Amino acid sequence: MIDRGLLTVRGAGRSTIDGVLRLGYATRFLWLTLTHSLTCLQRPRLVVREIYFSGVLSLVIVLVSGLFVGMVLALQGYQTLRTYGSESALGVLVALSLLRELGPVISALLFASRAGSAVTAEIGLMKATEQLRAMEMMAVDPVARVIAPRFWAGVLSLPVLSAMFTAIGIYGGYLIGVVLLGVDEGSFWSQMQNSVDFREDVVNGMIKSLVFGVAVAWIAVFEGYDAPPTAEGVSGATTRTVVTSALAILFLDYILTSLMFRGA
Amino acid sequence: MERSTLDVWVGIFVVGGLVALLVLALKVGNAGDMLRAGPTYTLTATFENIGGLKPRAPVKSSGVTVGRVASIDYDPEAFVAVVTLRIDRRYARFPRDTFATIYTSGLLGEQYVGLAPGGDDRLLADGDRITKTQKAVVLEDLIGQFLTSRAGETPQK
Repeated sequence: MIDRGLLTVRGAGRSTIDGVLRLGYATRFLWLTLTHSLTCLQRPRLVVREIYFSGVLSLVIVLVSGLFVGMVLALQGYQTLRTYGSESALGVLVALSLLRELGPVISALLFASRAGSAVTAEIGLMKATEQLRAMEMMAVDPVARVIAPRFWAGVLSLPVLSAMFTAIGIYGGYLIGVVLLGVDEGSFWSQMQNSVDFREDVVNGMIKSLVFGVAVAWIAVFEGYDAPPTAEGVSGATTRTVVTSALAILFLDYILTSLMFRGA
Repeated sequence: MERSTLDVWVGIFVVGGLVALLVLALKVGNAGDMLRAGPTYTLTATFENIGGLKPRAPVKSSGVTVGRVASIDYDPEAFVAVVTLRIDRRYARFPRDTFATIYTSGLLGEQYVGLAPGGDDRLLADGDRITKTQKAVVLEDLIGQFLTSRAGETPQK
């Protein structure tokens, strides 16, 4: 009985220390990545290549999801707003929900599972098959050559994807609200333009997705680099990337929202 | 060969992102107003109670938006709210005795400042203060007044 209690306490302590240790290591790794990023500026091709694999290839899933999220928002919002006779506010509802929350958050979640996991698996496999070590042998710095381009590609791709997600989501809302449900087109757009503030809503949404981009890219490259060099290790790291990213995105989203949209 | 097609795709990707951002700024948001916004001048007005007025709320005259609320401050000497209005230069012809009132659009909608021009020959200049103001109608006060006036009546049964 006492033994079991002691073991539980010991286990909790160990996992806490492990967590703090990993966080410290991850922070050190982020610093290492940032200080080795000069190569990315000298050879932008490396980053462009990774933007293609992370960003361009995530385009289809992001656009299709954005369209459907916008459509379902309009459908649900219409049902509720009709009760109060204010269907004309549908544009505001769709635009603000997408710009402030759903656009950055859902595109970041999709990006983490579509591109983040791929990056982790790729780096993890490179490590397992000793490609990273081989690079070191050839005096090529794997952090500058492999890690940093993938990190920056993630940071740069996510805001672009998020902007497209939001824009197509609003058109999805327009499609359902105006074309299908018959909300007045003029009031749909004009009320939206009256309530959406460029700095307050559009720019803040972009800042959010930039922060999520840093978080997801950081987690993805770190998990890959830190993965045990076995098949099991790589698969575990890939799963951790998706889970940790999702938690980080939702946590950061709460913090950012409470900082950004206090008064309004 | 493979490299150049890859570059084209990334180019399309970035252009798509910029187009999306432009749509969000101009079609969805009000950045168009900001670009179109010409020179402005400021007026201040003191209100006993501003109700739910917020910065960036519209300033309207005859229902036309002529400016926006730039900032709201509190004057601790006179115990009143000081509202700074940024008015479009094109409409810089408001007389001295212009009346500023805080209205609510709809029953529970957002609040805005309404300007009703008076008949004075002298015009309000940049930085001038509007002296004739009327505070916002606070719904709770109205209900309170209604209840006290009803309390005076003798119930008839």
